[in-house]
Amino acid sequence: MALAATLDTSSSQSSSEAVVVRFAGDSGDGMQLTGGQFTLSSALSGNDFATFPDFPAEIRAPQGTLFGVSAFQINFGSSEIETAGDAPDVLVAMNPAALKTNVGDLKPGGLIIADSGEFTARNLAKAEYSENPLENDSLGKWQLVAFNISQLTMDAVKPFGLGNKEALRCKNMWTLGLALWMFDRDRQPIIEWLKDKFAKSSVLADANIAALNAGHAYGETAEIGQPGTVTLPQRHVNAAPAESGLYRTITGADAAAYGLVAGCQLAGVDMFFGGYPITPASSILHTLSRLKEYGVTTFQAEDEIAAIASAIGASYAGQLGITSSSGPGIALKTEAIGLAVMTELPLVIVNSQRGGPSTGLPTKTEQSDLYQAVYGRNGDTPLPVISACSPSDVFDCAIEAVRIATQFMTPVMLLTDGYIANAAEPWKVPDMSTYAPFPVTFLDHVPEGGFKPYGRDAKLARPWVKPGTPGLRHRIGGIEKQVDTGHINYAPDNHQAMTDLRKAKVDGIADHIPDQDVCLGGEGGKLVLVGWGSTYGPIHQAVRRARAKGLDVSHVHVRHIWPLPKNLGDLLKSFDKVIVPEMNTGQFKTVLRDQYLIDARPLNKVSGQPFRIAEIEAAIEEALA
Amino acid sequence: MNDMTPIKTSPKDWETDQEVRWCPGCGDYAILKAVQRTMPEIGGTPENTVFVSGIGCSSRFPYYMETYGFHTIHGRAPAVATGVKLANPDLDVWIITGDGDALSIGGNHTMHLLRRNLNCQVLLFNNEIYGLTKGQYSPTSREGTRSPSTPFGSVDHPARPCAFALGAGARFVARAYDVSKQLVDVLKAAHRHKGTAFVEIFQNCIVYNADVFAGFTEKANQNHQLWLEDGKPMLFDAGTKGLALDSDKLMLKVVDVVDGDWQAAGVLVHDITNRTVAHMLVEMPFGPFPMALGILYDDPQPTFEEAVIAQNEQIAAGKKLDLQSLISKGQTWTVD
Repeated sequence: MALAATLDTSSSQSSSEAVVVRFAGDSGDGMQLTGGQFTLSSALSGNDFATFPDFPAEIRAPQGTLFGVSAFQINFGSSEIETAGDAPDVLVAMNPAALKTNVGDLKPGGLIIADSGEFTARNLAKAEYSENPLENDSLGKWQLVAFNISQLTMDAVKPFGLGNKEALRCKNMWTLGLALWMFDRDRQPIIEWLKDKFAKSSVLADANIAALNAGHAYGETAEIGQPGTVTLPQRHVNAAPAESGLYRTITGADAAAYGLVAGCQLAGVDMFFGGYPITPASSILHTLSRLKEYGVTTFQAEDEIAAIASAIGASYAGQLGITSSSGPGIALKTEAIGLAVMTELPLVIVNSQRGGPSTGLPTKTEQSDLYQAVYGRNGDTPLPVISACSPSDVFDCAIEAVRIATQFMTPVMLLTDGYIANAAEPWKVPDMSTYAPFPVTFLDHVPEGGFKPYGRDAKLARPWVKPGTPGLRHRIGGIEKQVDTGHINYAPDNHQAMTDLRKAKVDGIADHIPDQDVCLGGEGGKLVLVGWGSTYGPIHQAVRRARAKGLDVSHVHVRHIWPLPKNLGDLLKSFDKVIVPEMNTGQFKTVLRDQYLIDARPLNKVSGQPFRIAEIEAAIEEALA
Repeated sequence: MNDMTPIKTSPKDWETDQEVRWCPGCGDYAILKAVQRTMPEIGGTPENTVFVSGIGCSSRFPYYMETYGFHTIHGRAPAVATGVKLANPDLDVWIITGDGDALSIGGNHTMHLLRRNLNCQVLLFNNEIYGLTKGQYSPTSREGTRSPSTPFGSVDHPARPCAFALGAGARFVARAYDVSKQLVDVLKAAHRHKGTAFVEIFQNCIVYNADVFAGFTEKANQNHQLWLEDGKPMLFDAGTKGLALDSDKLMLKVVDVVDGDWQAAGVLVHDITNRTVAHMLVEMPFGPFPMALGILYDDPQPTFEEAVIAQNEQIAAGKKLDLQSLISKGQTWTVD
């Protein structure tokens, strides 16, 4: 039966044109690369977009298996895009396993593009299909376009004399070519990128370009008008209106690296970064290790503990120590964070959260380290915590973390997550001259009244003294310090006084951060959704849709997790109901209840996948029903 | 700042006003005095000197030195010191640690410090016991050590600090004991060595493990000490005994020296750059063999911080520091 596939996207965005495409294949099929280049193409077409790379923890999982599927989702459109999209409109499935693990997410009526060449008996068995789903009616509620992409790719690259394996590797470019045709995109930037990528092998460059062109041509010409065949839809998504200026794509990991460099420049200190490889945080170490000219020293330590301990040593010696990790690594660093609190040295700890507990889900996203960040240390050990809401937001949050660390002589934790770290989004490159510097001052002389290593300024910060400074020799350590002198002191009154001082210093940061605003909706009303971190996008969209339906709901997004903005309690109390959607079992909800004695209700998801807009929208409707 | 011109100091200049809180009679006092006597002799400047320690009795040391000091957390002093030295290589960094701190909870950091060869001194106070936690056996305790946690005697084999250090790649390994008069010379040699200088100092814990080293430290037993000197024969027991190579078994043996004719007895001449012999010296079981003390091995190699800084400078050379263009790189486009 002839089938004219169309892309019905009306349900995904209220009044805008947006399309969600998911590329899924074997982890060796190059889906992340395909997605990345399609993202670039979307950027160059002026679409707004958000992406969601979703890949297995194994580097090369056994081929064709269900757990070896790697996927990349992009939501692009002609208006503001804030999430990677709920359900895909288009699923590209490069093998049976990719189809099986992803088709359930596809919107009813959505389009499946499958490589029939990979639907062999062997691959079907690996994907636990008893019969070929392309040949029965099991995919009936979707539109199916299946052709032998493998064979078509082989044919396209035949002139280049590649071996079978290498030839098949070009499949992802064939698929990308087809996708470029479907969305009326220019191939030239991708061709340039391929030339650059394969600069050392013109044969591979030519073969991949040929595959890209062949995929594009296939969409243009294949079987059109022949009765009984499937016709591929083609559509153009207009550019999204955007502020004028220079844009680039950025991942959260790169934004963290650049933001930390920017923060150190604004503070006027060199950076020491101690890191240890861990998914999904390693990219920050990779990026920073290439930025030596910005006064950055990177040190790959022997373990997570040495990574933070070396950073503390560097801070003691007068650079800004920074370390980064994910949950399990942060757990190892915990004792050292306490040392930094006790010695009141500046330090930034970036936690790219992943699914836990223990090793958990290394490549999946979660927000379950909030307790760890706010409360997770021995002793009364207050720690400022900031969370970023999107890849580009990490840039400003990193600068803010450096500001607080250096101005208040304290370690600061910056929370991102696996989704933010890996996902890309368009970023209007900021004008650095608009950022106000916050230069640090090293004490380099004996002040009037004598030098007190634990004396304090108006913000209760103690002086930062570089070893090597004459006249200011002193000793610090993890043992309780005497007020002012910093000498060892276990006296009851002194410990009370020092505990109170450490708490007052961190609490006082609330006087130096912006008041909490309402990012959508009114101040006060029937319902407020309070979010933090990467749930920003789905919460914002859900609130926007609900408000479009006339519902009285607002969105409050909290960036400063600790200390909380001073007005947050009163703001939340101006709503009848408070719902806290988060990708954990209710951690921020508990903090809010504790701090403000409000009846904050949880909305939780811990599947390793971001919230869908619809899930949050449903919760809003239920709460207001 | 960081004016490296040596100034004349006296041991007194290196003492803080803090009350020293070790048990009366603790070997740590003698080590503290030796270090305070060493500093003027090496031309150290207090403000350019940093003592970094972990946790344990020995690690209180920084509070008693009138320098910069950092009493960190258990086992992590080498890691903190690495950050200090990379951030400011002009500082003279001394790590003070113990057998539990350096070889148990901090073994990993000790290994990597030595492997990387950070330019610093490591003084490992080995008393073969956990003193501050009241006497549990430590990784260097001998088999059969009875302690609160091993009431029937420990069953695990002890770590040998110098063998550990050499195995980890140390380029300087020395040994002394708390009250040995040679300690200052050993510390001076350690300071002279560019790179990680590892010094094991046997330290008598008079409360929990008293006299555990008496077998060679007691006056009557000092004939079991072999003080190594570069270019000198390996003689002990007033020159009546020496170490020679059993070339069949490729191991050391104790030989008698008659009438001072050590050449005839085949006694080895100490060469501080001979790594192979150093391995043999640190593996020598005490009892059948003497306790080798002094500079066991000293053969410098480029240091870690030199290499890091050289690479940083080389890569940064000629590059413009322009944050705006850095963040404007990559896949960019312009919206008009």
